Amino acid sequence: MSGFDKVVTSYEQAMQGLEDDMTVIAGGFGLCGIPEGLIAQIKKQGVKGLTIVSNNCGVDGFGLGILLEDKQIKKMVSSYVGENALFEKQLLNGELEVELTPQGTLAEKMRAGGAGIPAFYTATGYGTPVGEGKEVKEFNGRPYILEESITGDFAIIKAWKADRYGNCVYRHTAQNFNPMAATAGKITVVEVEEIVEPGELAPTQIHTPGIYVDRVIKGTFEKRIERKVLAKEDR
Amino acid sequence: MALSRDQIAMRVAREFQDGNYVNLGIGIPTLAANYVPEGIEVMLQSENGLLGMGRYPSEAEVDADMINAGKETVTAITGASIFNSAESFAMIRGGHVDFTVLGAFEVDVNGNIASWMIPGKLVKGMGGAMDLVAGAKNIIVTMTHADKHGNSKLLPACTLPLTGVNCITQIITDLAVLEVADGAFHLKERAPGVSVEEIKEKTAGKLVVEGDIPEMKL
Repeated sequence: MSGFDKVVTSYEQAMQGLEDDMTVIAGGFGLCGIPEGLIAQIKKQGVKGLTIVSNNCGVDGFGLGILLEDKQIKKMVSSYVGENALFEKQLLNGELEVELTPQGTLAEKMRAGGAGIPAFYTATGYGTPVGEGKEVKEFNGRPYILEESITGDFAIIKAWKADRYGNCVYRHTAQNFNPMAATAGKITVVEVEEIVEPGELAPTQIHTPGIYVDRVIKGTFEKRIERKVLAKEDR
Repeated sequence: MALSRDQIAMRVAREFQDGNYVNLGIGIPTLAANYVPEGIEVMLQSENGLLGMGRYPSEAEVDADMINAGKETVTAITGASIFNSAESFAMIRGGHVDFTVLGAFEVDVNGNIASWMIPGKLVKGMGGAMDLVAGAKNIIVTMTHADKHGNSKLLPACTLPLTGVNCITQIITDLAVLEVADGAFHLKERAPGVSVEEIKEKTAGKLVVEGDIPEMKL
């Protein structure tokens, strides 16, 4: 890893510097577009007290769900966490804290965090439990609540392809939260299916410019499907 | 007769106009995609980042990178676009999506909706529902008129924690089509064979009934 060459060859290098009590922002929607190897490395390193910012918390035994097995997560910031029995148990035991955040607000918190905007007003959540205790301001006669942005010590990202400069493209709906998460980490680590030569990705088609990316590692992915639903004639 | 889930979806689909961008929630709303009237083209938005959602895939088309907001495998239509979550919610919050259809536990006469949390039960999260009700131009709530114990879900004031305030204008239940305005539910249509009396009985919030109420066309 030197200069603009962001490629690392081991997961230890990829997650070097991750310590107890840090905040990690993770891309992914359900099990789609998640950095499987980076999550496995976090489990292997055994760091505890993590705050994980991610739309979901995986499922039992896969995705971010594996970080619950050794109680590495102190707090989850998510919009939906309903797919996970161990999560439920730790939440009810008081071993785990959850900050439920509307999905669009969560995406915008990451985007704003990466863009140097500390907070923003949104109508989402006004008058609901999400708005409780938050500043309210009216614009054009409509009330909005003030939401603070999010940054992380680490951001862990799954991309389809990257070059050694860290320029990334995502595949289909595996894009989801990954581009915003990538902007919001002090150290942003991208796990990819393929590392390509600079120039192979058309400059106009880059989703995440390399400036946001600190480390790139080539991974292998199981790509587990959460809900396989087929067209009627194929069922 | 109260409408079936599919019949509610059929009635919902009659609201769509040619050229509408529509976000359909999980459950009955999703079924509405099956009943888009002939000659009308709508484009479905899935909030995980897909505009132009298509049908479910064949076995050969299944792709782990291609899912909908319900985390189900899905396809994209010709002319679809795929984007990140912030972009997706910019479309929603920014009022670019014409119709949102979603389910609810309760709606009240002021257009408040409760759909995500029952105190005492485990809370799984609101997903994108709060953003959707805060942003869409037109929101249709689909639900049964009363719960299985016969308690009305159309209330003077919601009792459960809210998903959004003053945002619901139209409700399609198994018994009726209603509009919400001026602190009351306004009965517009009734399900075939369902009497105005029955709807009155099962509507706890203020109900305005003006003139003859026609039966729904499905």
